[in-house]
Amino acid sequence: MPEIKQRAELGRKKKATFGRDLNLEEFSRQGGAWEYDPDYRQFSPEERSRLLATGIELTDEDHAGTFLLADKAIVHCQTRQPGVEVLPITEAASRHDWVKDLLWGLVAVDADKYTAAAELDLDNGYFIRALPGAQISQPVESCLYLRTDRFAQHIHNLVVVEEGASLHIITGCATHPGVISGLHVGVSEFYVKKGGRLTFTMVHNWGKEVHVRPRTAVMVEEGGTYVSNYILLRPVKSVQMYPTVTLNGEGAVARMQSIVIAHPGSELDIGGRVILKAPHTRAEIIARTLALGGVSIARGHLVGLAPDIKAHLECRGLILGNGVVYAMPELEGRVVGVDMSHEAAVGKIAAEEVEYLMARGLDEDEAVSTIVRGFLNVKIEGLPPALEEEMEQAIQESGKGL
Amino acid sequence: MLEIDDLWVNIDDKEVLKGINLRVPVGETHILFGKNGSGKSSLLMTIMGFERFAVKQGRISFLGQDITQLPIYERARLGLGLSFQRPPTIRGVKTADVLRVCSRGAIVPEVLAAAYDFTQFLDREINYGFSGGELKRSELLQLLAQNPKMALLDEPESGVDMENLQVVGAIIAKLLQKERRPQAREKSGLIITHTGFIMDYVNADKGYILLEGRLLCSGNPRDILQDIKRFGYEECTRCRR
Ligand SMILES: Nc1ncnc2c1ncn2[C@@H]1O[C@H](COP(=O)(O)OP(=O)(O)OP(=O)(O)O)[C@@H](O)[C@H]1O
Ligand SMILES: [Mg+2]
Repeated sequence: MPEIKQRAELGRKKKATFGRDLNLEEFSRQGGAWEYDPDYRQFSPEERSRLLATGIELTDEDHAGTFLLADKAIVHCQTRQPGVEVLPITEAASRHDWVKDLLWGLVAVDADKYTAAAELDLDNGYFIRALPGAQISQPVESCLYLRTDRFAQHIHNLVVVEEGASLHIITGCATHPGVISGLHVGVSEFYVKKGGRLTFTMVHNWGKEVHVRPRTAVMVEEGGTYVSNYILLRPVKSVQMYPTVTLNGEGAVARMQSIVIAHPGSELDIGGRVILKAPHTRAEIIARTLALGGVSIARGHLVGLAPDIKAHLECRGLILGNGVVYAMPELEGRVVGVDMSHEAAVGKIAAEEVEYLMARGLDEDEAVSTIVRGFLNVKIEGLPPALEEEMEQAIQESGKGL
Repeated sequence: MLEIDDLWVNIDDKEVLKGINLRVPVGETHILFGKNGSGKSSLLMTIMGFERFAVKQGRISFLGQDITQLPIYERARLGLGLSFQRPPTIRGVKTADVLRVCSRGAIVPEVLAAAYDFTQFLDREINYGFSGGELKRSELLQLLAQNPKMALLDEPESGVDMENLQVVGAIIAKLLQKERRPQAREKSGLIITHTGFIMDYVNADKGYILLEGRLLCSGNPRDILQDIKRFGYEECTRCRR
């Protein structure tokens, strides 16, 4: 342990490889002292609707477990189904002695100043575990909530899907409607054991001046499956993340999908990397970026280290108005017998497509929305209905005022 | 139904239509012949209102209303429908959804598709990877869903195999109410064809040859096609001028 602290100390000032560099001292570490809230009573209707639009329903009903962290305070934490464990990470470490061995097992503590901050000055985070063989049918809902303006939130999450278990986590990260600026640092380490399955759906809904630095790594063992969905529809100042999935055992599968909208003033640098380390592993990365005036860098990286692997990367950007999309797909094959491909396309909406639909009777706004809806049409299973509505609304709005 | 007077059209700086005069009465179907690049598609696209085709002079009226300045969708809503020679692909947009859009929700795509052997395409992205013949069927089914008063068909049968020609022909016959007595027909058509095959499935009342942006002659479409086959376009336009 002291060694980890030492490395974190050394990484304290280290700039991240990507994304604009932030001065952590410009943020406050004074979070609100929010009380534990078993019935979600402290949330105003305004907050509720904002969280709902982030996929957070604020109810224990229909959820295998729930977790809500506001600033640095655990406000809610419940387990509702057998076979699943939901705990604050600080508590999990004292409950299971092996937890400490998993922390920083996948993400380097000295990767950059953000990972270092999460170690040196941790707020909390979630620990979610599916016990061996447990098929957890309802999703676990977790919410990381910035409720105080200018607050820098330091999170460390751990997910363990034990052998043969299956789990769906929906995590919504949002700011209070009154919060404009802030920083969210979230280290997440996910372990999917042999034959396990984890579906991780993350929805971001931040304030206009909020900076976001997730640091995620996933290890998938033999026959395991990891599916991630990432959705960002609303304005944010900057998001920089490059989650990395390692397919460590034969036949492991990863699928990463993202739907991202870059509003004016937003700087997004969002990637996905899969390292295919074992034979017969498969990976697919699908990224959709809609630039509505903001700047978006979409990175993707497939690394094939074993024979008989198959991987595909699809990165498409659509520019409405003055946005910028950089698509940077990378394929790296290091042995024979890898089958890796990519498809990248960035462009504006073609007038020809709009007119085609207009010839069928749609007005211009309807035609643009239809094309945008098609563009963003990535199949994501198990989205809460409110989130589907939110997406539809974002699509409708994006077609306006071109 | 459709009246065009002295229509001059440019694409960028290029004159593509030079003084077109055309009348298609209610219930009639007219056929447009002409060499490649003569301006046939441009004429249909101009009638539909595509922005690239700039009307420099002249007037288009539909059902007695001047539509020369109307946006495309308003023309569509008035009852004009176009099947494209080369429709674009729209990624992510399902064919079934477009069929639904065409009919403004009035038809059930599954039912329509089942009647014309098109079920397997409903879930596919519109026009994406469709073969030449499949594109034509997709276009015509969209029109059938749209149910226009006047159908503008740009080479609806080109690239369609003999078996599917029957399907395509049946759709067009339906669109243009071929089953009715001529006096009882309420729909009109303007069809571009090189082969004339489509004339077996519709009642073609009149034909024209378009040459370098000008409508040069008109008459019985079968006679015109015969002459084109026998003498070629140049000769044909000269003799019929
Ligand atoms: N965007 C464009 N820029 C320049 N010229 C164009 C453009 N679009 C069409 N044209 C030209 O306008 C002329 C008429 O084209 P049009 O498509 O109307 O011909 P067509 O009679 O339908 O021919 P085909 O039988 O080959 O379909 C052609 O010479 C074509 O090259
Ligand atoms: Mg043409």
